[in-house]
Amino acid sequence: MSAPQTAVIRSLDPRITRLQIPEQLPEFQPKPPLDEWEPYEVFWKEKPGDQPIHVGTVHAPNAEMALAFAKENYCRRGRTAAIWVVRTADIFTFSPDDADMFATVPEKTYREPDAYKVAQKLLRFKRQHAAGESHGT
Amino acid sequence: MGHDPSTLAAIKDLLYRMADDSLILGHRHSEWTGLGPILEEDIAFCSIAQDKLGHAYALYRLLHGLGEPEPDRAAFFRDAPEFRCCHLVEYPNDGYDFSLMRHFLFDIAEQWRYHLLEQSRYEPLAQLARKVRGEIKYHVFHATQWVVQLGARGNQESHERMQRALEVAFPLALGIFEPVPYDEILEQAGIFPGERVLQERWLETITPILERATLRLPDLRSVVPSYGGRRGIHTDYLQPLLDEMGEVIRSEPDAVW
Repeated sequence: MSAPQTAVIRSLDPRITRLQIPEQLPEFQPKPPLDEWEPYEVFWKEKPGDQPIHVGTVHAPNAEMALAFAKENYCRRGRTAAIWVVRTADIFTFSPDDADMFATVPEKTYREPDAYKVAQKLLRFKRQHAAGESHGT
Repeated sequence: MGHDPSTLAAIKDLLYRMADDSLILGHRHSEWTGLGPILEEDIAFCSIAQDKLGHAYALYRLLHGLGEPEPDRAAFFRDAPEFRCCHLVEYPNDGYDFSLMRHFLFDIAEQWRYHLLEQSRYEPLAQLARKVRGEIKYHVFHATQWVVQLGARGNQESHERMQRALEVAFPLALGIFEPVPYDEILEQAGIFPGERVLQERWLETITPILERATLRLPDLRSVVPSYGGRRGIHTDYLQPLLDEMGEVIRSEPDAVW
């Protein structure tokens, strides 16, 4: 006993019923990953003077369609000044395995710009102090 | 500002044609929500559907200001013979090829219609036209990308399906421009230059894009336009859509939402 070929899923959701989805779906054939559309990275800025920030990814067959998708996927709420898209494959980066190149950087405090800021402040204070002394008493 | 009765009737007729087109097309587009071909497109297309409903709402509000029923009553409590939409928007979705082709043919007409209305002497409509300009620009961009992609840059199947969709949708799309008895009044009052002008602009715009998509435009002389919608004569597809769309609100008309 098997269900007739024409049996379709009846649902309370009219969209499902309208689709005429058969109760018995054909067997799915596995597909190789990323065999169709490429990923594009999406960058967005809220106001004209802002730096663009990375907001996510879309899949698209070309840059124009990536823009068409990015516009509604990432800019449909709130304010937007601009969006950029770029093929993920066109972004060059180091392998995550190479992150050890950055490991010892936090130890090199002599490279942190704070030292210069403090030096400038001290210099200014000393100059003001010296000027005050010559004018006073 | 008061209008004489015939101008007022002409404005109302124009507003109902536009509002009903937007409402019914928005509803048809929204039927793809959750079922679109890929996630990104699903989100983009239902966002476009919402925009269409927004345009319909704005137009029904203008009508309400001219003494017509409130937007919800206008949208949910009229039956097919009272609707003024064209047959193109009523057709069921069938496949994504048809939905995209309809989106393309409709939105280029819509873009021209609002563009011409920016100069309208009926100021509320001129204001609305300026407000929706950017939204419709995006709709046209989205539609154009898809039509060119599937027509020229996809495969043989996508090309053939888009060609078939164009042949089905083209006579229906000509129904957008069905002549109405109010065309002359609207033109003389400086409100809208008329459906014939609109059809010419539309044809000039779609022709090079369809060429870019390597699709053959059917010969105008051999096509019978699908007229009737603007007079309340509709396809069998409209009434079931209205029944479904209004089912909940009609079951309890005075409920507060």
